[in-house]
Amino acid sequence: MDVDISPSTRWTRHIARHAGVATGVLAVIAIVALLAPVLAPYDPIAQPDIIGLKNMAPSLSHPFGTDSFSRDVLSRCMYGARISLSVATLATAITVTFGTLYGAIAGYLGGAVDAVLMRVVDAALAIPRVLLLIAILALWNGLPLWLLVVVLGATGWFGISRMVRAQVLSIKELDFVAAARAVGATGPRILLRHILPNVLPTIIVAATLGIGHVIILEAGLSYLGLGVQPPSASWGSIIQDGADQIGTAWWVSLFPGLLIVTTAIACNGLGDALRATFDPRESVVTMAELDA
Amino acid sequence: MQAVIVVAIVTTIVFILIHIAPGDPFGSAMDNPNVTEALRARWRAMYGLDRPLLEQYLLYLRNVARGDFGWSFSMHRPVIDVLKEALPNTLVLAGTALVLGFTGGIGLAVIQAMRPGSRTDRTLGAGSMFFYAMPDFWLALMMMMIFAYWIPLFPVAGALDPVMHEYMTPLTALADRLKHLALPAVTLALLTGAAVARYQRVELLRVLPDDFVRTARAKGVSERRIMLIHVLRNALIPTISLLGLSLPALFTGAVFIERVFAWPGMGWVVLNAVGTRDYPLVTAGVIIAAATVTLGSLMADMLYAVADPRIRGR
Repeated sequence: MDVDISPSTRWTRHIARHAGVATGVLAVIAIVALLAPVLAPYDPIAQPDIIGLKNMAPSLSHPFGTDSFSRDVLSRCMYGARISLSVATLATAITVTFGTLYGAIAGYLGGAVDAVLMRVVDAALAIPRVLLLIAILALWNGLPLWLLVVVLGATGWFGISRMVRAQVLSIKELDFVAAARAVGATGPRILLRHILPNVLPTIIVAATLGIGHVIILEAGLSYLGLGVQPPSASWGSIIQDGADQIGTAWWVSLFPGLLIVTTAIACNGLGDALRATFDPRESVVTMAELDA
Repeated sequence: MQAVIVVAIVTTIVFILIHIAPGDPFGSAMDNPNVTEALRARWRAMYGLDRPLLEQYLLYLRNVARGDFGWSFSMHRPVIDVLKEALPNTLVLAGTALVLGFTGGIGLAVIQAMRPGSRTDRTLGAGSMFFYAMPDFWLALMMMMIFAYWIPLFPVAGALDPVMHEYMTPLTALADRLKHLALPAVTLALLTGAAVARYQRVELLRVLPDDFVRTARAKGVSERRIMLIHVLRNALIPTISLLGLSLPALFTGAVFIERVFAWPGMGWVVLNAVGTRDYPLVTAGVIIAAATVTLGSLMADMLYAVADPRIRGR
């Protein structure tokens, strides 16, 4: 039985079936982050009683316990979600935009331009991204949040540009591109209106997976003290707060970490489902493709 | 040759980074009012910082090519000596994790692929998804929390017992080292193994519908033998390229895990150097890591050619 439904409806149904839970989890986390000022039971940076209330184990009044400054970990995690999610989303937006343009230009122009552009990408991919970030953030100590986003975005576009280039290379040989050229469309117009829309599925999948990846990456940098600077705190910063007392006040590091894992799994699940929807032949994803 | 070019470009990127970074290479010494302008000029001349940028760049390239990464301010030793000491520790940690992670991951994938869609398959799949999405440093902290504090089976940190190690017999000294290696290596192996299992399972399922599998089945070969001998052999070939691709993740995973467990490898040294603003050491760490990763991918490519006769001919 073949009911005539539009591709977008079919995709929505497929995603709802295969990644309904993942989408739901992401939605809940995003809503809690947005409503943090309303939902959080305490002020995330207030230190009400640094002696009497410090390192309290999880209880009804403090479900995630308190940290060594007597701050409520649950409230900190809610506010931390805002930083973690927005940093990851914005950085991924930069990554995807730049990577797409770079890869598209390389693939469309081809020849010597392509060769040079892609050798740069090869070299960049050889540097482990975390190490490059550590070097940059160590040299420019204590970057403001928006610059951290820019740096995270600027170091992550290499993998995407390579994927986009490969697709553009094959799409530009197709008949409809030749047809567009024949009716006199200019290069930029062909690239933007005819070729890139066909690369969109790849880009969407890469962005979904990228957000989960950058959340983990930023958490790592914040754990090292190189990422989000206090008094702002991402989930990674909260883990760092508890790292020195992991033997005694374990709850400080445990809960933000669980939130990171949950969010990352949801992003991976949604990304996998999206890829399976767009391209049923390739249903597995390795992070290595995106980011070496 | 390609590897040399990559390392040269990496070195160039690092050189540019250092030069556009804020601050003077002598740090706070330059703000000291007792340091005269003449002395500053002499320092700059001593380290070649008064020469044209291009000359500095060529000098830097030449020194890196010779393995001379300069002087570590915080350790008061040549950078190369510091890293030479740390590298073996990282290789032991990463090597152990690589072997454990790949054998474990491939083993899991075989178990999953024997009955795709079964409860075992789904449980193991969920497990590998869980570890796959985990920040390295957080898993390390959790392992430490569980296996060093709650159930004190293993030491919290370090590569050996700082006091007793010197008085141990060779055998107990080895046991001491293994005990210290266990938690960091298993942490890194879990992270590697999760990625390998996910990848390998798909490769196995891709080979399963092939004709030669059906032929083997028709001959009456047992399912286990088909999986282990016929399918796995063919499905392992793409895994070799995963070996090369997983090196950066292995390296960066090692950086964080070394930090958590105070394992005295490259990552630990470089992160301490970040804390003390010892830039020569940080940048050398990045260059060496990139070189190692490039070399690793190259070796994986060569292995690939050995394993797959179809590529050898090309």
